[in-house]
Amino acid sequence: MKPEDILALMTESACAHNAKTKSGCARPQPGATQGGCCFDGARNALLPIADAAHVVHGPIGCAGSSWDNRGTRSSGPDTYRIGMTTDLSEMDVIMGRGERRLLRAIGQAVDSYRPAAVFVYNTCVPALQGDDIEAVAKDAAVRYGVPVVPVDCAGFYGNKNLGNRLAGDIVYRHVIGSREPEPVSAAAMPPGITGHDVNLIGEWNVGGEFWNVAPLFDELGLRILCTFSGDSRFREVQTMHRAEANMVVCSKAMLHVARKLNEDYGTPFFEGSFYGIKDTSQAFRDFAHRLNDADLSRRTEAMIAREEAQVETALAPLRRRLAGKRVLIFTGGYKSWSVVSAAQDLGMVVVATGTEKSTEEDKARITALMGPDALMISDNDQTALIEAFHNLKADILVAGDRYIYPTLKSRLPFLDIDHVRCIGYAGYDGMIELARNLDRAVHSPVWEQVRRRLDWLRAAA
Amino acid sequence: MAEIVLPTKALAVNPLKASQPIGASLAFLGLAQAMPLEHGARGCTSFNKLFFMRHFRDPIALQTTAMDQMTTVLGADSRVIEALATICDKNQPAVIGLISTGLSEIQGADIPRTVAAFRASCPHHDGVAVIPVSAADTLGCLETGFAAAVEAMIIALIPSAPSAVRRPGQVNVLASAMLTPGDIEAIKSWIGAFGLTPIVLPDLADSLDGHLIEAGFSTLTYGGTPRSAVAAMTESVATLVIGPSLDYAADLLQARTGITDHRFPGLLGLDDCDAFTQALAGISDCPVPSALERKRAQLQDAMVDCQFQLGGARVAVAADADLLATFTRFLVAMGAEVVAAVASAQAGHLAHLPTDSVVIGDLEDLEWLAREHAAELLITNSHGAEIARRLGTALLRAGFPVYDAYGAHARTWVGYGGSRQLLFDLANLLAGHYQEIRPYRSRYRQETPHDGKIRRPNPC
Repeated sequence: MKPEDILALMTESACAHNAKTKSGCARPQPGATQGGCCFDGARNALLPIADAAHVVHGPIGCAGSSWDNRGTRSSGPDTYRIGMTTDLSEMDVIMGRGERRLLRAIGQAVDSYRPAAVFVYNTCVPALQGDDIEAVAKDAAVRYGVPVVPVDCAGFYGNKNLGNRLAGDIVYRHVIGSREPEPVSAAAMPPGITGHDVNLIGEWNVGGEFWNVAPLFDELGLRILCTFSGDSRFREVQTMHRAEANMVVCSKAMLHVARKLNEDYGTPFFEGSFYGIKDTSQAFRDFAHRLNDADLSRRTEAMIAREEAQVETALAPLRRRLAGKRVLIFTGGYKSWSVVSAAQDLGMVVVATGTEKSTEEDKARITALMGPDALMISDNDQTALIEAFHNLKADILVAGDRYIYPTLKSRLPFLDIDHVRCIGYAGYDGMIELARNLDRAVHSPVWEQVRRRLDWLRAAA
Repeated sequence: MAEIVLPTKALAVNPLKASQPIGASLAFLGLAQAMPLEHGARGCTSFNKLFFMRHFRDPIALQTTAMDQMTTVLGADSRVIEALATICDKNQPAVIGLISTGLSEIQGADIPRTVAAFRASCPHHDGVAVIPVSAADTLGCLETGFAAAVEAMIIALIPSAPSAVRRPGQVNVLASAMLTPGDIEAIKSWIGAFGLTPIVLPDLADSLDGHLIEAGFSTLTYGGTPRSAVAAMTESVATLVIGPSLDYAADLLQARTGITDHRFPGLLGLDDCDAFTQALAGISDCPVPSALERKRAQLQDAMVDCQFQLGGARVAVAADADLLATFTRFLVAMGAEVVAAVASAQAGHLAHLPTDSVVIGDLEDLEWLAREHAAELLITNSHGAEIARRLGTALLRAGFPVYDAYGAHARTWVGYGGSRQLLFDLANLLAGHYQEIRPYRSRYRQETPHDGKIRRPNPC
């Protein structure tokens, strides 16, 4: 990938980050860097396309320790869970046999597993060697009669966020718009309702959490043409250009796809979240608003009233147990504000939030939610975070899995909201699950026992 | 003798292999006050950290030089120096393991020159040992990367002139990647039972056994072999080497120290355990403690009890070479049939295994072979869970990674006790999957078929 292409992806015009004079992401500091690479981000973004084969072109380092390690779930095919890599050997590299090996590898994947499409991920070693994966993909698509999408995402190109963007861009160029959706069958649509087609962009169905929300879309007559990319199929991704409205769910990194769809097809889009009651309801209202359908708005309000009343009943006892508990949220990115909103929904006090990967807009939302004195922590240093926990007299830390063991080692309650988890927190039902898990973590009888000091303990001296 | 079947597939499917850099990093996690530093793109380290975090359920000390596009093309030496200085400043380690990856190897990074440049520019960090390891991920596997790191530790930390001093009762242990923290703990008390004091290199039992410390969180390792102990290995009376992957490391140690070594392919099953016990008795010149004799008798009892289940059982095993070989020998010695033996990478000793063939391959190979030979039980890492589900077989989780079960780090596969527990586990798994004869109902039989419903007594 050329430096200018990377730069173009780094300066997304719909992103508030780039209005500042100093733009883009800071250079990683050697010896003090955390987080994944471009390949990591690109594969995470596309892996949930469940009926595709995902072939990692590179030596074993890239796929060997990372295949099938995501929490994303499929309601149908599970081709995406099969780990596939060209596993380049020393001889492949020395003799320059990478491209030939990749071509055969794609053939083998198609023969053995009949995928709907093949995504090929380029990694550092073949990128440095100059393997032309675009040419191989073209050749393979003709030979094997299956779409083959080249994803040039070597780790050294940049961070995980860049990989997300790059994946969105590639799918926009190679996949979206290559097929027309079938009309909805009359039997499927509830009587007397005008249906609409929508997309969700940046929803990963972690732990199957979107299944908490999906039935409500069905009820309202909203057909999700495609969720990009949780529990999606290749053929659905192809039709994304035909939606009437798009919701960007999870990430700034995928804003690019929504903006392109807006520019090229005039599809309106909005950003939202399914974490928390308020945000979930707001997402449905935003759809109704963008679709400009009065009847849909009316039915949406009725649905929201019913769901909110139901969830309130279930939450009432949990609210009492959580009210006033102090939560330190360290997630970064979109979750920095969407989880804040969810915790506040529960009556908890959010004492600080992390902004490690947040954009300017994310930060503005945090200020709106938490007030101008909101404490934002941008340092990704675990030691500093544990200190902040004590200083702020927090009761629980909510963060990604990177922080789980440093926190538990410090004998502190923790809730994991990373993408490798298998518990779903989205939607109204997800909120109950979230509250239940927060309650269990905060009130676990274990904390008192593990903090107990005894005279005869040598380590305590 | 086993025939070694080399891979011919272009695509590895459901990889069994993890990379050399990840293995080298693991070895450094067994040193005290250590920080492994992988020289590559940041993704390698991010994946590897998560891999170990999920396996050990502990924080993992691991850093990266975070190569980017510019430094990949123009040279990343300055980033290595910057990374070393940053880690020294921020974390004050005793040891940094500087591990190359596929990217830095292909780029042609000159690590020794870079370390020299770091030494010249940061003399105030002279107290920190920097140990370079070449670990391309285009070669070998986790186990060979681990071995390469142990070799590098010996070269860097052990003086090359044999010592005139001998510390009575002190023995060295070189512990291969197949040994869990639980294994190493058991080995230490086994050695201790003879009044000997072990120095284990690397000592994962001291760092990754999973224990809370008063300080809470540490950015460096939570324990491990101290540098001073590694240096003192030159004064031991004997060296015990566990795992054939450490053969070359053992050669190096012997050449440097002149200490006699005793090499063991593994410590599982009666023969292995007897050989180790015998060696300890010889080194210590002590009789075998009666507690060990009792353990041995218990293992023998379990062997006679479990031979019903294990005799003729069809087992498929996939792991790195040392662990695969250890399991295969153990199973065959119990009368089981190893219908599939899959290793992630080639190793010389595999040809001597008591099975028809050893396939160098992936978990797709394991699945095909297990299906073809109607295996009843799989032994492999957590990725085997899906395969076992598809095949309807039992699964015993072993090797790396184990992410869907608790306690992988505490599991003890070695010694009389560990062997006995493994026998019970294997027998239970096989018994749980035993297919009984399907009932036959004669057409002449007159009986109302039971509807299967359980009726509660009426409470009124």
